[in-house]
Amino acid sequence: MIERRPFVQKILKNRQTNLRVVSGLGTSTWDLMSGGDDKANFGFIGAMGQAIPFALGLAMAQPDLRILLFTGDGDALMSLGSIATVANHPVTNLTIMVMDNESYVETGSQPTATAGKTDLEIVAKGSGIANSFTIHSEKDYDRIIKTIYEEEGPSLVVAKCQAKATPLVFPHSFDGSVSINRFMSTLKS
Amino acid sequence: MEGAIKDWRNDIYKVFKELDITMVSHVPDAGHTPLINLCEKDNEIEVVTLTTEQDGVGISCGAFAGGRKSALLMQSSGVGNCINALALPNICRIPFLTLVSMRGEWGEFVPWQVPMGLGTPKVLEAMDVKVFRADYKEEVGSTVDAAARFAFNTNRSAAVLLSQKMIGAKQFKNG
Repeated sequence: MIERRPFVQKILKNRQTNLRVVSGLGTSTWDLMSGGDDKANFGFIGAMGQAIPFALGLAMAQPDLRILLFTGDGDALMSLGSIATVANHPVTNLTIMVMDNESYVETGSQPTATAGKTDLEIVAKGSGIANSFTIHSEKDYDRIIKTIYEEEGPSLVVAKCQAKATPLVFPHSFDGSVSINRFMSTLKS
Repeated sequence: MEGAIKDWRNDIYKVFKELDITMVSHVPDAGHTPLINLCEKDNEIEVVTLTTEQDGVGISCGAFAGGRKSALLMQSSGVGNCINALALPNICRIPFLTLVSMRGEWGEFVPWQVPMGLGTPKVLEAMDVKVFRADYKEEVGSTVDAAARFAFNTNRSAAVLLSQKMIGAKQFKNG
């Protein structure tokens, strides 16, 4: 099982300039912010289920950048249909990393569907995202980096993570208009 | 009659072209089909078929962040699916435009369409979406133009309700 925060931080520490990172609400956003404030990041703090469609729209509009989405199993499970939409309107520059801890940790660690019978890699494959795989260890770091920067997307990586509560790390602002305008300032040519 | 029905979708398409709307997402509705067909024939417009209307909100916002304008086409039944998603353009002040073909109002045959048809303007207004409405084909172009400019100039959400009277109520036949 992966310890998610250091793993996310390691990916961010070595980031290339053509990467833009989006995170789904909750722990994924606190993880992203724990890597340090960076205008090239945009973190959801609400609108559960919208991170995957947002990342798809962004990837469609910015084909020359690499787009990485960190999101949780809870957020991904809320928008399973969007995985089919990603597969059928393929964007080669998008990697979706589901940090799958099989648990709604922030609300009291209730089990999600992935703690039961649901496998998001198979959901992604069945939806038509061929480049979908599961990792269980930090040893797969190099493979992830290759997926994010080099492989033809869309890709969906299920990263099996420990279900433990981590400190909340807040973004520069909770005001979405501030966050999105800072993020958009990195997209202007 | 055929020509007259075609015309108002052409008026919407003209607004898309004039305002550089290059992405259209939708859960299809017969009322939107002529417009979807026009967009699909246009190489400059990318058409995304959704599995649920709410995903069109996120796609639209992501596309705008990336520098592209878009519109979401849906039937009134889809508006209810979008409620929480509408928090995203609202809190981020991202312009969001949707065109809604109405059911459950004028000569509706299917009772199941009535609750969401009645709820559509209330739900949109509850989420701070500015609601425009076109009842006659002559006013479609100017209404969509006004709604789109409202959205993109003021960084707000806007919806145009396209009336069932104008679209025409679908009559069902058993057998």
